[in-house]
Amino acid sequence: MAEDPITGIVCPIRLDYTITPGRAQTRFLRGLESGKLLGQRCPATGKVYMPPRGSSPTHGLPTTEEVEVADRGTVTTFCVVNLQFASTVREIPYVCAQILLDGADIPFFFVVQEVDVNEIRMGMRVEAVWKDPSEWGPTLENILFFKPTGEADASRESYKEHV
Amino acid sequence: MSRKAETDATKGILTAPYVLEYSYTRSTGPVLGRFFSGLRDKKIEGIRVADGRVLVPPVETDPVTGDELDEFVQVGEIGTVTACSWLAEPRAEHPLDKPFAWALVQLDGADTGLLHAVDCGSAENLEVGSRVEVSWRDERHGFITDIECFRLLGD
Amino acid sequence: MRDVAVVSFAQAPNLRSDRERNEVEIVMPVVREALDSVGLEQSDIGFTVSGSCDYLTGVPFSFVMALDAVGAWPPIEESHVEMDGAWALYEAWVRLQHGDIDAALIYSFGKTSLTDLDKVMSCQLDPYTLMPLWPGAISLAGLQASAMLAAGTVSEADMAAVASHSREAAQGTPEIPEAEGPADVDDLLSRPRVAHPLREHDIAPATDGAAAIVLVAGDRAAEVCDKPAWISGIDHRVDTHAPGNRDLTTCPSARMAGERADVGRSHIEVAEVYAPFSHQELLLASELGLGDGVDVNPSGGALAGHTFMVAGLARIGEAARRIHDGTATRVLGHATAGPCLQQNLVCVMEAAR
Repeated sequence: MAEDPITGIVCPIRLDYTITPGRAQTRFLRGLESGKLLGQRCPATGKVYMPPRGSSPTHGLPTTEEVEVADRGTVTTFCVVNLQFASTVREIPYVCAQILLDGADIPFFFVVQEVDVNEIRMGMRVEAVWKDPSEWGPTLENILFFKPTGEADASRESYKEHV
Repeated sequence: MSRKAETDATKGILTAPYVLEYSYTRSTGPVLGRFFSGLRDKKIEGIRVADGRVLVPPVETDPVTGDELDEFVQVGEIGTVTACSWLAEPRAEHPLDKPFAWALVQLDGADTGLLHAVDCGSAENLEVGSRVEVSWRDERHGFITDIECFRLLGD
Repeated sequence: MRDVAVVSFAQAPNLRSDRERNEVEIVMPVVREALDSVGLEQSDIGFTVSGSCDYLTGVPFSFVMALDAVGAWPPIEESHVEMDGAWALYEAWVRLQHGDIDAALIYSFGKTSLTDLDKVMSCQLDPYTLMPLWPGAISLAGLQASAMLAAGTVSEADMAAVASHSREAAQGTPEIPEAEGPADVDDLLSRPRVAHPLREHDIAPATDGAAAIVLVAGDRAAEVCDKPAWISGIDHRVDTHAPGNRDLTTCPSARMAGERADVGRSHIEVAEVYAPFSHQELLLASELGLGDGVDVNPSGGALAGHTFMVAGLARIGEAARRIHDGTATRVLGHATAGPCLQQNLVCVMEAAR
C-alpha cells in the first residue's frame, strides 16, 4: 500500500549560547551575592533603575552611580495566574506583581506568595523572602518570592506614576 | 534550560549557558511535498521552468516569469560536482559524523546544484567535475536527509 | 531627489570577544560619538533606525532593548531591520526623501561571541532543503571559492594577496585592535587549509562591535559638517536564496546595484566592500568595475574583523570618512547579506553636492 504523500516536515533547531550580563548588570548580580539590591541612577533625571541595565533608557546615558534599594516595596499592579504554562513550576493559582521597591523609580516583576489571591491588591506592601545566605549566588533566584508585610497599604499617590 | 551562573576563570566575568531549542512544523506545499515523497521512494524529481531548465530541488514558481510550475522531471541519482568544500570537524547536526565534503551536485538531467554531503575520505579526493552518486538512508521519512550523502562513483 | 549626506560615523573596536559589555554598553558610546561629532542631540533626529540579528543573542526582539542606548523618550520615530545596518541606512535615506525631517540616526550592533556565528548563519537558509543540513557560512563560501578557482576567475595567490593586504592595512588601527599579523603571499600559501579550498586567512574572524552613522539632508548637512559625504547613488539588489541555482562565479545583484548607483559615471578613489571571505573581494571588485587605481578596503575590510550586522554599515562609514577627512572626493561603500554574496547594497558618496 502506498504511503500518504508528504505534506509537512519537522525541522528542529538548537543553538547554544554563553551569555554574559555586561558591566552594569554584573555589578547588580555581584550585589545579590551579598544580599544587596543595587539599582543605578540616571545622571539626568536622578531616577533609579532596578534592575539596572547600564543605561538610562530615557536619555541614552550610562548609569554609573549605584544606589541600594530596599527589599520591600509596593505592588503597583498584579496578575493572578490560573493557567499552567509549559515552563511553570509553581502551583496555580499564583500571583505575579509589579513591585516598586522603596528607593527605586521603576517597578520590577516578581512572584508574590503567602497571600490569598483574592486579597492581592494595588498598594499592598510586600517584602522579599530570601533563601538562606549560604545558598546565595549572583542571581535573583536568591529571592524565593515576595510576601505581604502587614503594613497599611501605600497611598495611590505614592505609586500612581508607575502604574 | 540551565541558567546557573558561573564565573569565567580568566577574567572574573559572569557567564551562563543558555540553550535555544525548538522545532518548526512546516507545510511543504504541493511541490516540495512531492519532492520529499519522492525521496522516501528513492526518487529525485526536479521541475521544468519556462526556459527549459530543470531545477532540483523543485520550486513552486518560475524564478524568471513568476508562473506556477507543474512539470515534474525525474533526474538521475548520479551527478557532477560543480562546487565543493571540506568540513574537517562536523557537528552533531551535520549529515555525517566524520569529516566530509559539502558539494553542489548537478544531477544528470538537472540544471542546478543540489547541496549535500559527499563521503569521500579526504578533500583531495573530490574536485569540481567529480562524478558522485546518491547513497540512500535505509529508513526514509520524506526529508532532505533521506539522502544520507553522496559517494564517489565507483567507490 | 533630496540631497542626503553622511555627516558622521563612529565605530566600536571590532573585538573577538567584548565579553565585559552588553549590547547596550557597546552601542551607547558609539551613538553618543556619532551625535556629538556633529553637535546633534537625539531631539534633533527625526528618524532612528537600527540593524541587528536576534539570533546572535538568542532573545526575540532583543533589538528593542538596544533602544535603551539612544534615549527614546519622549517616544521617538524608529524602525529596525533584521539585517546589516547598511539596509537600515537605506531605509533612513528613503525616509529622508519624504522631506519632513532633516536628520536620521542609524546604528547597528553584533555580539557574535555569545554563540557560533557559522551555525547561526545556517538559520537564514531555505528551511526545507538547506537549513536541515546545517551548512555554515564558511562551508558555503568554500563552495563559491572552489567554483571560482575551477573557473579560473581567481587563483589562490590572488586570494592570499587580498588577505595579505587586509592584514597590513588593519595593523595598528583602533578599529581592529586584534588584527592578524602581517604575512606575505608565499607565507600565507604555505599554511594549511582549514575548509578546503579555504585557508584561515581567507576567512574573516568573527568579532563583536557596533557602528553608528548620522545622515542629514539638504543645507543642514553643510551646517553640521565641513565636508559632508553626499550620497550620489544608492541601490540594493538580491539574487535567489538558493546557492545551487546560481552561478557562484558571478554576482548579478552586485553588478546591477553598482550600475544603478552609477558607480561607473566617474572614477572611484576608495571602495570599502563587505567581503568576509578573500575571494569575495575579488568577485565584488570585478562586478562593481573597480579597476586599477581604486584603493579597495584601505581599512582592512571585514576580512580583518567581521562584526556581523555591522560590517556593511561600517564599510559605508569608512568610505565616507575619506570624504570627511578630505583624502578622497568620490568613494563607494558596499554591504552584503545572505549566503555567497546573495544580497548586495552599493552606496556611492561624493564631496561635491
